[in-house]
Amino acid sequence: MSTVAETRREWLLSERPASRMQARLGRAYVTWRRFSANRLAMVGLFIIVALIVVAALADVLAPYSPTIGDLKNARLLPPSAQHWFGTDDLGRDILSRIIHGSRWTLFVVVLVAIIAAPIGLLVGTVAGYAGGWIDAVLMRITDIFLAFPKLVLALAFVAALGPGIENAVLAIAVTSWPPYARIARAETLTVRNSDYIKAVQLMGASPLRIVLRHIMPMCISSLIVRVTLDMAGIILTAAGLGFLGLGAQPPLPEWGAMIASGRRFILDQWWVAGAPGFAILIVSLGFNLLGDGLRDALDPRSGDQ
Amino acid sequence: MSALLEVEDLRVTFPTRTGVVEAVRGVSFSLGRERLGIVGESGSGKSQTGRAIMGLTPPQARVSAAKLSFDGLDLMSLPGEQRRALRGNRIAMILQDPKYSLDPVMTIGRQIMETLRTHEKVGKTEARERTLQMLEAVQIRDPKRVFDLHPHEVSGGMGQRAMIAMMLIAEPELMIADEPTSALDVTVQLDVLNILDRLVADRGMGLIFISHDLRLVSSFCDRVIVMYAGKVVEELKASDLGRAEHPYTRGLLDCMPRIDADRHPLPVLDRKPEWAA
Amino acid sequence: MTSMLRVDQLNVVFDRFQALRGVSLDVGQGESFGLVGESGSGKSTLLRAIAGLVPVASGTIAVGGQKLGKKRDKAFYRKVQMVFQDPYGSLHPRQTVDRLLQEPLAIHGFSDGEQRIRRALDEVGLGSGFRFRYSHQLSGGQRQRVAIARALIVEPSILLLDEPTSALDASVQAEVLNLLEQVRRDRELTFLMVSHDLAVIAHMCERLMVMQNGEAVESLAATSLATRDVSQHYTRRLLKASEGFVRT
Repeated sequence: MSTVAETRREWLLSERPASRMQARLGRAYVTWRRFSANRLAMVGLFIIVALIVVAALADVLAPYSPTIGDLKNARLLPPSAQHWFGTDDLGRDILSRIIHGSRWTLFVVVLVAIIAAPIGLLVGTVAGYAGGWIDAVLMRITDIFLAFPKLVLALAFVAALGPGIENAVLAIAVTSWPPYARIARAETLTVRNSDYIKAVQLMGASPLRIVLRHIMPMCISSLIVRVTLDMAGIILTAAGLGFLGLGAQPPLPEWGAMIASGRRFILDQWWVAGAPGFAILIVSLGFNLLGDGLRDALDPRSGDQ
Repeated sequence: MSALLEVEDLRVTFPTRTGVVEAVRGVSFSLGRERLGIVGESGSGKSQTGRAIMGLTPPQARVSAAKLSFDGLDLMSLPGEQRRALRGNRIAMILQDPKYSLDPVMTIGRQIMETLRTHEKVGKTEARERTLQMLEAVQIRDPKRVFDLHPHEVSGGMGQRAMIAMMLIAEPELMIADEPTSALDVTVQLDVLNILDRLVADRGMGLIFISHDLRLVSSFCDRVIVMYAGKVVEELKASDLGRAEHPYTRGLLDCMPRIDADRHPLPVLDRKPEWAA
Repeated sequence: MTSMLRVDQLNVVFDRFQALRGVSLDVGQGESFGLVGESGSGKSTLLRAIAGLVPVASGTIAVGGQKLGKKRDKAFYRKVQMVFQDPYGSLHPRQTVDRLLQEPLAIHGFSDGEQRIRRALDEVGLGSGFRFRYSHQLSGGQRQRVAIARALIVEPSILLLDEPTSALDASVQAEVLNLLEQVRRDRELTFLMVSHDLAVIAHMCERLMVMQNGEAVESLAATSLATRDVSQHYTRRLLKASEGFVRT
């Protein structure tokens, strides 16, 4: 049994890879080893994987319905064997709401990442490579977006578009891309004058090809790290919008909205707001640990990369 | 000539993710008040040897030696503070690129003064005087002006001369120069070497000159040791270089292009595994 | 001998700093021409100006008799290629050797990429085991071989070499210089080579030009170096310096 694992490991770490696939997998393996050596990073990864699993299996895992509650008998019950996190003011099981709410959390985080990161990457690399007035214009636009506090700008967008979780996602994405543009631009400026870029220019590559195929790959690791570390903030912004009633609308079990509605009972029935708050805490921590671990593992300066 | 420095079976090993790397594998030599050249290519362990003598090996590496003594003092068993006191004071080191080895935010004069005052109890005025004298000794024509300049404001050659001044001001007995002229233009190299040569001779210092340039080292030093894969493969008098015996030394000499010898193709070094054994 | 590469009164200015001052040279087809100088001599700037990496203030550059404009086109890049000094910087850190060699083929639309890559690696003495390695898994000499393979894969006629062996160990330098010579013979290439090392230039080139502070000091044949038949004081100084340290 061990020999199979050994030969597979040898194959991955081989000094003479025989195909593109082998070279790529080998490199991914080395990065994984570096990442998994970091205990805290593994904790972060575990949390996020747990989040994904819970979201995927929400229907199966939740003991009760997240939207229908027992108004007559089960209002504001404290945590017990039947209701692990107690019930809220409409008699709904808080644990089930949190489990279903994990889907909304993932929804927000993934969509924002998918929308904001590519925009930031494109703007940053084009600005950094082109220089001149293109750089100036793009960076001034970026500065304008950066000048507003995130939450305020998101509020403005949601107020204009109307409340609802989809609009909240859009609003957050629109305010999240500027830092990614800055990072991408900084990396591009570092990379732009290196000999390997000059070599590709000397082959007759078009600027678009250079940016897409040679410069962007160099920016990706910093970007991944930054996006992961930002996810905690994105969750909190979404929670904030939900808290203000501008994000998820009832009866959606979005964690921020749950905290908002639980605010009224915080003194006597702390669990109504406390449980979703705790969930946000754990997930944010998970993303932060994961992001830190990724940064250490993906750092191009540390030898293997 | 009593030995200033005695090295016996020096070993430096680095732990890496894929095992242990032995940078220096049993190097032995002794040095009096003379110029010794250590020649090798990259990976030969020559720089690590110099650093081990200075005590500047990175902390994760292991250094061991049967004997490592300077002027009778056992460097291996010396407590950290005393080792540090030796550094800069009695044993000095010049590095390759003054751009990276001089403090970029301090003026040259201040750095040299600080070095002096770290090792000797002198007042500011006397320190300044001696710094200016030292800058003159390394043939910097306008010492007062250069005193107030920062390292990035002077040329490579001048920066290296400033570095020499800084390292010699505390009047050390042993100087280790790690590729001191490799980053300089070829005409400037000779100027700097001339200065170094004179100063070393005047003060009766011992000099270890570490370089990849066999020809330069043999024209500058009294004795040369050739390193390959962490070991010493040959030790000889500089004047005897033409009669070198080890195939690596001969190969290294032969493979360099020469203006007055037209050999096409150039003889290539045929690395034998037993050299590294 | 037909002129392959001709430079006339070239001036290059960076931010009011004159990097090249009225430099002219003429390299014949199949010739190997060297540029020697110390730092600040402008030799690398001249090479980069020819390659189009650096803007020209005035003067003309002609390749194969045709004058070049401000921008270079793809046809130029098929004719003229460059090998850089730093083997650790001229290969993309995130690409395998295979990918690196594919890029010029893709840009110029070659169809038989697979064969060409294999032949290119063979030509520079690297076996198939190197094909899918990343550049950090290669030694300095191996990286430089890949850089040479990459330059040659589009079958240029002129090779610009910017200190191709300065960053390599002496023994590796000999191997790479031999490779360059062989490649030049086999493909009948024209070389324009820059180095600070007079011995390397004397070995690799038939004619050379000595530069200082952006100006041409002297043009001479490599054989004149051996006979010490030089006219300029600076050239004499360089020759003397290359002989090594002499205790005065």
